[in-house]
Amino acid sequence: MSVLSVRDLRVTYRTQGGDVPAVRGVDLQIDRGEVLGLAGESGCGKSTIAGAILRLLPPRTSVEGTILLDGEDILGMKPGRLRAVRWAGASIIFQGAMHALNPVQRVGDQIVETILIHGQSDERGARARVAELFEQVGLPTRRIDDYPHELSGGQKQRVMIAMALACSPSLIIADEPTTALDVMVEAQVLALLKELQREFGLAMLFITHDLSVLVEVSDRLAIMYAGRVVEDGPTEQVFFHPKHPYTTALAAAFPDIGDERFRHNPSGLGGDPPDPQAIPSGCPFHPRCPVAFEPCPTTDPELRPAGEARRAACLLVEGALTGPQAGST
Amino acid sequence: MIAGPRPHVAYDEPPVLELRDLGVMFAGRVGLIGGLMGRRGADARAVDGVDLRLHPGEVLALAGESGCGKTTVARAIMGLVRPDRGEILFEGEPLGRNLRAYRRRVQMVFQDPMGSLNPRQTIYEIVAEGLRIHRIHRGPNGESEEELVSRALARAGMRPPERFFLLYPHELSGGQRQRVVIAGALALEPEVIVADEPVSNLDASVRGEILRLLLRLREELRISILIVTHDLGLAWTVADRVAVMYLGRIVELGPTEDVLLRPLHPYTRALLDVVPEPGGLARPVLVGEPPDPARIPPGCRFHPRCPEVAGGGARAAGVEERCRAEDLGLEELAPGHLAACHLAAVRARAGPSRG
Repeated sequence: MSVLSVRDLRVTYRTQGGDVPAVRGVDLQIDRGEVLGLAGESGCGKSTIAGAILRLLPPRTSVEGTILLDGEDILGMKPGRLRAVRWAGASIIFQGAMHALNPVQRVGDQIVETILIHGQSDERGARARVAELFEQVGLPTRRIDDYPHELSGGQKQRVMIAMALACSPSLIIADEPTTALDVMVEAQVLALLKELQREFGLAMLFITHDLSVLVEVSDRLAIMYAGRVVEDGPTEQVFFHPKHPYTTALAAAFPDIGDERFRHNPSGLGGDPPDPQAIPSGCPFHPRCPVAFEPCPTTDPELRPAGEARRAACLLVEGALTGPQAGST
Repeated sequence: MIAGPRPHVAYDEPPVLELRDLGVMFAGRVGLIGGLMGRRGADARAVDGVDLRLHPGEVLALAGESGCGKTTVARAIMGLVRPDRGEILFEGEPLGRNLRAYRRRVQMVFQDPMGSLNPRQTIYEIVAEGLRIHRIHRGPNGESEEELVSRALARAGMRPPERFFLLYPHELSGGQRQRVVIAGALALEPEVIVADEPVSNLDASVRGEILRLLLRLREELRISILIVTHDLGLAWTVADRVAVMYLGRIVELGPTEDVLLRPLHPYTRALLDVVPEPGGLARPVLVGEPPDPARIPPGCRFHPRCPEVAGGGARAAGVEERCRAEDLGLEELAPGHLAACHLAAVRARAGPSRG
């Protein structure tokens, strides 16, 4: 059984300016000990998926589909059960972690509190657990009684990682966890996350716009565009031999130093990622696609098999136009 | 896909912009109470003796971690912070009587297009603002203001330009806003553009088009571009030369291929090691305190974090004592390729194969 199983997830924000379909039918699956990298640009819906899994979205948001965490339906949970599942079943590390810590509470106490709320231990046990966690994330235990402002950005992110691990969740969602960090610190935090994930056999959903980071940490990649997954598969396959032209363009934004093809030759796409309120007809990528052809503006391609353990949503993928599904959506 | 055209940089012509021993100091800060008690914090040497030449038509990347002083160098060039030592020369002349012309001909492109655009101004007003500040009512060939604005927008890839005149920044996408910022700089027909992280706030798929635009400006208008960036991959795609900064100094400088493929300084190697790549998590990462410009170590300023000092490479080459005690500047160790490293200097003298 998968740790996380998301089926046909559809999320629509209700705003004064009208409905915003942020996620338009996404399937994801993560097994124990597996890291799924979810990549995409602003507005593609990747962070909305994180919010939906932890049910952190604004109250009036419409969320349809199924989200199973260890087989249990998240969307149907009562508030009490949901509180128990957050942190203990699934926890999150986000980009704003620096600001997610309470500035007037000692960092150790904040983790103790999380453990106590989930009734996983008494106060003494919780204190011992915090010391253990600090060791695991590479923070000196004398930092336990520090306030957040006494720590550097990288140290604060380590505290957040300790907090995410505190209640031994089966799934960790990392949403742009290193985006605000400097390159050296980013490398340290990534190495730590990967090490802990391996050691505890955690399932991890790693969300970022930075494909080069995902290539390093994830086992499988899912590329999102306009609220949908447009390609997924084993990481190196997807990155080095993309099937979808959008993946090709995204990968080109992270060139290999030394690759002559990119020398004096930056490559990118015209236009911008689409506004979720104005998604183009047919294949949503067609206005920016360098290889679009006749049927693309009118035919919305489905995510379909494209080789061993791979899928892509592109009419150029073999069989996409002749298959029984062609033109039906 | 093949590599782009080899650029024609006039290395034999005098530099358009030159920094000589540039230094910028920020006064140390203390809390209110400490201030009243007459205490002073340690001064921070953000830039500590930078020499750099930007040639006509050259794209030069100034790279390093945050806090290394790269943005302060850019701000000093733009006159936004005052250097406390050294000088800036424009077309061979120290800044002085030519300051007005300099302010027009050296333009800056900031990293946050939303933050640097006034939300209440139309695109036309934004692009025309520099012209108005410099009281330019006519172009060199008698063009009207509207013609100058049109031309700048078109050169920045906003076509047809008239369509954007009456729009406001929030009506544009991120990539278009960055183009407007560039058009504002282009309206003044500069010789030099200083671009501070020009694409880091843009979506990945949009970045390439903005970088292509910068390269086209260099090709077609022969504008020299200094790009401040933390991203060595970006330097690889656009720069002719790369300068790597550490704690206020340039520690390595040379043609992009040399610096990024055959680095001489251990710090440059460390920066290259942390560029993410498949299976790259086993790489070495620098340890030790992050650099603090208020406490610059004696000797080579990188020695407390240097893997060659920690790993015995410096000792084996007999330079460890000098690493700890002897400060040093850039030295040309291979043609056009400079580094400030005792060990690299010894190895270079021992024979080119060790480089």
